Amino acid sequence: MPETGPPSVRSEGTIYHVKRGREGTVMEIEDFCLWYELAQALFNVSMGVEKGLVTALIGPSGCGKSTLLRSINRMNDLIDGVKVSGQMLVEGFDIYGPGVDVIALRKTMGMVFQKPNPFPMSITDNVTYPLKVDGITDKRVLAQTAETALKAAALWDEVKDRLHENALGLSGGQQQRLCIARAVAGDPDVLLMDEPCSALDPVATGKIEDLIDELRGKYTILIVTHNMQQAARVSDNTAFMYLGRLIEYGLTSTIFTNPRVEKTMEYVTGRFG
Amino acid sequence: MVPTTTKDRSEGREEANPRTPPESRSTSGKAPKACSLSARGEPFLWGFGGSLAIGIMMILGFMTLILWNGIAAFYPKPLQVVTLRDGTLVAGEPIRTESFQPQEESPGKGDKEHGESPSAGPIPALRTLYRIGNFDLYNEDFRWVLESSVEKTATPPDLFFVERLEWGPFVGTVQSIDLAGSQIGGPSLSTNELYSAVEQAAERRAGIRSVERGDIAAVNYEMEEARLALKKAGLKYGPRSPEYQAAEKGYADRSAVLAERYRALEARAHELKSQDAKFTITLADVSGREKVQKLSDVVRMYPANLLSVFQKLRIYASRWWELLSQEPREANTEGGIMPAIFGTCVMTIFMALAVAPFGVVAALYLREYARQGRMVSAVRIGINNLAGIPSIVYGVFGLGFFAYMIGAGIDGLLFPERLPNPTYGTGGLLWSSLTLALLTVPVVIVATEEALAAVPQSSREGSLACGASKWQTVKYIVLPRAMPGIMTGLILAMARGAGEVAPLMLVGVVKLAPELPIDHFFPYIHLERSFMHLGFHIYDVGFQSRNSEAAKPMVFVTTLVLITLIAVMNAAAIYIRNRLKRKFSAGGF
Ligand SMILES: Nc1ncnc2c1ncn2[C@@H]1O[C@H](COP(=O)(O)OP(=O)(O)O)[C@@H](O)[C@H]1O
Ligand SMILES: [Mg+2]
Repeated sequence: MPETGPPSVRSEGTIYHVKRGREGTVMEIEDFCLWYELAQALFNVSMGVEKGLVTALIGPSGCGKSTLLRSINRMNDLIDGVKVSGQMLVEGFDIYGPGVDVIALRKTMGMVFQKPNPFPMSITDNVTYPLKVDGITDKRVLAQTAETALKAAALWDEVKDRLHENALGLSGGQQQRLCIARAVAGDPDVLLMDEPCSALDPVATGKIEDLIDELRGKYTILIVTHNMQQAARVSDNTAFMYLGRLIEYGLTSTIFTNPRVEKTMEYVTGRFG
Repeated sequence: MVPTTTKDRSEGREEANPRTPPESRSTSGKAPKACSLSARGEPFLWGFGGSLAIGIMMILGFMTLILWNGIAAFYPKPLQVVTLRDGTLVAGEPIRTESFQPQEESPGKGDKEHGESPSAGPIPALRTLYRIGNFDLYNEDFRWVLESSVEKTATPPDLFFVERLEWGPFVGTVQSIDLAGSQIGGPSLSTNELYSAVEQAAERRAGIRSVERGDIAAVNYEMEEARLALKKAGLKYGPRSPEYQAAEKGYADRSAVLAERYRALEARAHELKSQDAKFTITLADVSGREKVQKLSDVVRMYPANLLSVFQKLRIYASRWWELLSQEPREANTEGGIMPAIFGTCVMTIFMALAVAPFGVVAALYLREYARQGRMVSAVRIGINNLAGIPSIVYGVFGLGFFAYMIGAGIDGLLFPERLPNPTYGTGGLLWSSLTLALLTVPVVIVATEEALAAVPQSSREGSLACGASKWQTVKYIVLPRAMPGIMTGLILAMARGAGEVAPLMLVGVVKLAPELPIDHFFPYIHLERSFMHLGFHIYDVGFQSRNSEAAKPMVFVTTLVLITLIAVMNAAAIYIRNRLKRKFSAGGF
C-alpha cells in the first residue's frame, strides 16, 4: 500500500505530500529554472516523479506547465534562446549534462500534444513512425507493433479495417488516440501529455481518460490539464504551479479536498484561473 | 507644386474614410448628403475591377492574336489570278487587304467606296498583298496590288501551289512530268499520277538523305574519333615513343579502311542522286514562263482552288506534322522546328534537374537549420534581389565563368587532344542549363522557403518527440508536406527558364545546330553541344531572315508551339503537384 509522506518543505516555498509508488521515482527535478531569452518561465522547481503513477500538472494559463513538461524530453531545445539551470535526473542521468544524446532521451519518452498531430500518412505508418526512425523495416515487426500499440490506445477495433488509409481521415478523438498509440509504440518509460483532451468533445475526452486509467502502471504518466475533474479522476499525484513556481505537490485527493496552501485552495475551488 | 497637391488630396481622401460611418448614421433618414465619393468604397471597387479587367483583356488579346495567327497559318488558302489594267497577270495567295495613303498626289475623286473622309489630305486607297512565290523567276515572294489597277480577278482550277525545298513556293500550272525518260504531260497527266510521282520522289529523297546524313556521317564520326585517338596518344606518350608509333600504324590502317568505306558510300550517294535527277517536273507560271524542277525538290503540291475541306485539313495536318518532326530549311523560315522543340525541352529538363536540388537544399538550410537572425535576413534579401538582375547579365556570367573558366579547365584536363577546338570551353547545353538554373534559383528558394514555413510546427514536434533526428524529420515529415509548394516554385522556374532567350544567346543557343544534343553516338547525351531553342528561333526567323513577310506565319506558329510547350510542361507539373496535395490534405475533422 503506497503511503503518503509527511508534509515537508524541500525547495523554497513548495509543500510536498506525495503519494509514493512501489518502484521509487523515475525522475528527480532539482532547483530547475528556465529562461526564454531574458524572461524567466520556471523558478526553482523541485519535484520527484513516482514511477508507474499518474502525475497531473495543474495551474492557471501561462504558469509554466507546458514549459516544465517540454523540458523533460528537451523539446525546448527547438526554441532559440532557451537557457536552463538546475538539474533534471532521469533514472539517475542528468539529462542536461554534457554529452547527453537528446534523440536517445526522447526515445525513452512518448509525448502527446494539445492538438492531435498525426502525420499525413497511413494509420500504420503513423503508429510505426518511432520504429521507422530507428531503422526497423521488418514488415512483420511493424505490423505487430502497430497492432499492439493500437490496442493499447483502444483504437484497434475502430481502425483495424482501414489501417492503410490516411490518418487525417480519422475523427479528432481517434486522431488523439492514434497519437497516444504512436507515443507508446516506441516502448517508452514515460508518457508526457500536454492537455491531451483540450481539443476534444466530452465523449472523446471520456475515452482518453479511460485509456489513461488503463495505461496506469505500465507507464509513468505526466499529464498537464486544465480540467480539474479530469485531474481528480485520473491522477495519483497532482502538482499545482503558479507563476512559474511549484506551489504544492502531493496526493491528488488531498490537493482537491484539503490543500495545504491557500493559493491551491483558491485555484481548485475555481476562485481564479 | 503639382505632386504635393496630389498627395494632399489623396491624404484627405484617406482621412474621409474613418469619418464615414458616424456621418452616414447621422444623415440616415434625411436625403443622402453629398458625401465624398471615396467614402462609399464603390469607386475603388470599380477601379480595382477595371484594372484587373484591363490586365486580363491584354493577356486575352495577346493569346487570341497568337492563337488565331498560329492556328490559321497552315490552312491552305485559295489562289487568285489578277489581271491588271496594263495586261500583266499576277497569281498568288491573297494575304491581306489594307487601305493606305498613296505617296503621289493622285488626281481626281478616286474610289468612291470610302469617300467618308472629309479631310483634304490624300484619299486612302485599297491594296492587297499577294504571295506570288516563284522567287527564282521574279526575285520577290510578295507583291502589292492596287485595287484601282485591277481589271479582273479569277480563281482558275488548274493553278497549283507547289512547296519546294529551295526558292520557296511556286505558283503556277503543271506542264508535264518526266519519269526517267517517260514523259507524261498535258491532259493525260492525272492528279493521282502526279501525287504518286511526288511521293516516290520523297522516298528517293529520304534514301539519299539516309546515306548522306546517316552512313557518311557515321564514317566521318569514326574518322574523327580515330584522329583524336592518335592525337591523344601523341600527347600522352610523346611523338617519338613506341606507343605513338604503334598508334600511328593503327590509325593508318583504320583510316584506310574508313576511307574505302567513305568512297563506296559517296559513290552510292552520287549514283542515287544522278538517278534522282532524271525525275523532273515542268512548271509554268501564269504568264507562261517554264521552270524545270527535280521532282524530289517538291515537298508538297496541291491545286488550291479544287480542294475540298477534307483535303485542306489533310494538308493542314501534314504541314503541322512537318513542322513538328522535320528540320528547318531555307534559313529556318520553312520546314520544321523539331530540333528547336527538342533543344528547348532538353534544356528545360536539365535546368529543372539542376535547379531543384540546389534551390531546395539552400532553402532547407535557410529555414530549417540556420539560426534565424540578421545574417539570414540579409541572405534572404539578397536572394530576392537576384531576381531583379537583367537576364543578359546571367548570360555574360555563364559565358565567362562556366564556359571560359570551368569549361576551359575541363577541356585542358579531359579533352586535350581536341584543342584548340573547344569542347566544353564554349557555350553548350550544360552551360545553358546551369546558367538558367542560376537565373531561376531565387524563384525556387523563395517558394520552397514559403512551403517549409507553411508546414505546421506541431508536425515537426511530433516527429522529434518520437526520437527522430532533425534530418529524419525533414526527410519524412517536412519535405513531403512541402512538396506541393516546392513543385509550384519549380513550375514557375521552368516557365521562366523555358521562355528565356537573352542569356542563352551567349551560352550555347545557335541559329542552326547540325546535331541534336541527344543521339545514338556514345555517350548519347552530348552536354557540350550547342542546340536550338524555340525562343531564339522566333527571334531569328522574325528579325534575321531575308523576308519578314514570308517568315511571319513561322513566327506565329513557333510562338504558339513554345507557349503550348510551356503550358504542357506546367500542366504536367501541376498535375503531379495536385496529386501530392490531395495526399496531404485528405479529411480533417
Ligand atoms: N516559445 C516561447 N518563447 C517565449 N516565451 C514563452 C514561450 N513559450 C512559453 N513562453 C512563456 O512562458 C510562460 C509559460 O508558458 P507555458 O509553459 O506555455 O504555460 P502553460 O502551459 O502553463 O499555459 C508564459 O509566460 C509564456 O508566455
Ligand atoms: Mg500549455
